[in-house]
Amino acid sequence: MMEWLEPVKTLLGPAWLPIWTILKIVLIIAPLMGAVAYLTLAERKVIGWMQIRIGPNRVGYFGLLQPLADGLKLFMKEIIIPSGSNKFLFVVAPVLTLMPALAAWAVVPFNAELVLSNANAGLLYILAMTSVGVYGVIIAGWASNSKYAFLGCLRSAAQIVSYEIAMGFALVTVLMAAQSLNLGEIVKGQQGHYGMLNWYFIPLFPMFVVYLISGVAETNRAPFDVAEGESEIVAGFHVEYSGMAFALFFLGEYANMILIGFLTSIMFLGGWLSPVSFLPDSILWMFAKVAFVLFLFLWFRATFPRYRYDQLMRLGWKVFIPVSIIWVVVVGAWMQTSYWLW
Amino acid sequence: MPEIKNYTMNFGPQHPAAHGVLRLVLELDGEVIVRADPHIGLLHRGTEKLAENKTFLQSVPYMDRLDYVSMLCNEHAYVQAIEKLAGIEVPLRAQYIRVMFDEITRILNHLMWLGAHGLDIGAMTVFLYCFREREDLMDAYEAVSGARMHAAYYRPGGVYRDLPDSMPQYEASKIHNAAAVKKMNENRQGSLLDFLEDFTRRFPTYVDEYETLLTDNRIWKQRTVGIGIVTPERALALGLSGPMLRGSGVAWDLRKKQPYAAYDKVDFDIPVGVNGDSYDRYLVRVEEMRQSNRIIKQCIDWLRVNPGPVMTSNHKYAPPGRVSMKQNMEELIHHFKLFTEGMHVPEGEAYAAVEHPKGEFGIYLVSDGANKPYRLKIRAPGFPHLAALDEMVRGHMIADVVTIIGTQDIVFGEIDR
Repeated sequence: MMEWLEPVKTLLGPAWLPIWTILKIVLIIAPLMGAVAYLTLAERKVIGWMQIRIGPNRVGYFGLLQPLADGLKLFMKEIIIPSGSNKFLFVVAPVLTLMPALAAWAVVPFNAELVLSNANAGLLYILAMTSVGVYGVIIAGWASNSKYAFLGCLRSAAQIVSYEIAMGFALVTVLMAAQSLNLGEIVKGQQGHYGMLNWYFIPLFPMFVVYLISGVAETNRAPFDVAEGESEIVAGFHVEYSGMAFALFFLGEYANMILIGFLTSIMFLGGWLSPVSFLPDSILWMFAKVAFVLFLFLWFRATFPRYRYDQLMRLGWKVFIPVSIIWVVVVGAWMQTSYWLW
Repeated sequence: MPEIKNYTMNFGPQHPAAHGVLRLVLELDGEVIVRADPHIGLLHRGTEKLAENKTFLQSVPYMDRLDYVSMLCNEHAYVQAIEKLAGIEVPLRAQYIRVMFDEITRILNHLMWLGAHGLDIGAMTVFLYCFREREDLMDAYEAVSGARMHAAYYRPGGVYRDLPDSMPQYEASKIHNAAAVKKMNENRQGSLLDFLEDFTRRFPTYVDEYETLLTDNRIWKQRTVGIGIVTPERALALGLSGPMLRGSGVAWDLRKKQPYAAYDKVDFDIPVGVNGDSYDRYLVRVEEMRQSNRIIKQCIDWLRVNPGPVMTSNHKYAPPGRVSMKQNMEELIHHFKLFTEGMHVPEGEAYAAVEHPKGEFGIYLVSDGANKPYRLKIRAPGFPHLAALDEMVRGHMIADVVTIIGTQDIVFGEIDR
């Protein structure tokens, strides 16, 4: 399919590979940033409708230019570095949040061919990258030298570490079922004649729920937004940030949400596979599933009150981790019997 | 080894959950509160002192601004104190109007409280739902007084004027076209009483809506059950009143215990809690909204069939009609005296208290016979509540401080006055 690129390839010689890779990275990151921008608009619109409001509708038709206006505003704002802060870490922290959130996309397959790096240890890579994101939060909270930020970062560190475990176990069941760590293989493992009945969310339903809820907790979204805790610790770890530094945290959070949406659909909802066998598989299915998961994120935010920090930890350690460990054993035993149909 | 010290944190006055200008100095052991020290005075406007330099009538609008989410209840206590001292007989119709607007105010206050409390705990949507209903009630305020919040509608001796026969209408604009406006004006075709009756019919389903979102919500229960428990004995000792006291199981309500205005003529129940925690206080307030709705309904029915004067005929306190003033020497003098120096309240002192949405709101008035109060003391319900904050939050976590501030329904206008 890439025959027309051959002359360019020979012309550039050894320089071709890096240029082609960078081009592919841009092709992933640019639409991702667009998606992040419009996810913020979608969030405000959806929650607005749920709350009998209209949402942004002043900038452009239906507020379609609102994300650009917001971005421009944040771009023009001064970045204030508090005098008591550790300046180097204060500046580095937002980068540390955004970078892993973007790096994780390297192994995410969009359909059977479209993937930047078809790594065999893709799942491990994803787990590693999403865990690194917590450093940005911890460093931001510590470097700000603010009490609210400090409380926020401590909460966030504890929260992300605890939910990582439940999330990890949920993924263990997936890789048991798919017999592969490669995300593309995981989707292919859900292929079959029965459409959506072949997807892993049916045998692994408790894990699907655990993963989705842990995903909400992992991205610090309501009702698990204790690290931000608007009404308790004001804005938590990023209370001292302004301008683009704040915007980077924002981008990181929403990029992570979209990532969780993709991972949920890849691992439990059959990725790009069609839900019914008579329709063709397509990347559009992938986007539809991601949109559905993201809608759930927004719906949760409009509906639920916020957990208290200790209740959140209790839920993670006393409910999710036992449930996921038990389900690992159940799936293991189930797979030895002839009743395992996936 | 260095000594482990508690973390001291400044909570407010610029804090999203500070309900205005509360400043709390929190001493924390990790996230657990060891001590909470509330600081007051950031909204002090000297209402009590100002009243000493104003005629009695001029202080009425100041009362609106004490607890600025339950305006007319504040006014009610103030005019009652004057009426008590002067021995003014208030016409029954005015008393019913006052009861109706007190209950409208109670719903306004509780809606504001529910929304803010929900928002504090993170349930964003309830806030906007509550504001949708507040809009209708503020329209009722506007219809009688011209102001949506600071009504200044009650007067010593009655109310400013009778209920209007028509409601203000929406007009078509760039945002709402004629068809949309027609729909918005549907329940505004009749009198204010028709509008309110329509509201009382709709309101219980709205309350059900809030309850669907909160009452059985696991997270809401986890956040409120067992938080900020006050035993009935402590509640009495601390001087709590209103829903804070009833939430602890003490059935104390001035509307029943010392009936004023027309409260002895309407039928309603007093909800009480069992455990004295934030969840019980939530349930008490939600039920109070339903009861207020019931009272409003009864008032509407009575007001429909009983026309009459809404102002006392004692022209030492209430201005005479314009027509009689033009023809009658005595009334002209009354008019002149009232509009130049204001009313003179006889020497003495009086304490009048009403069951304010937040608790017992009292006005202690000392008069030396002049046209201004000698001393006006306001008993604000929020003040003892705030004083009990330290006791209520000890041993809880930071997130619970926010819950408890919310459950106390603190408004700084009345605490700092």
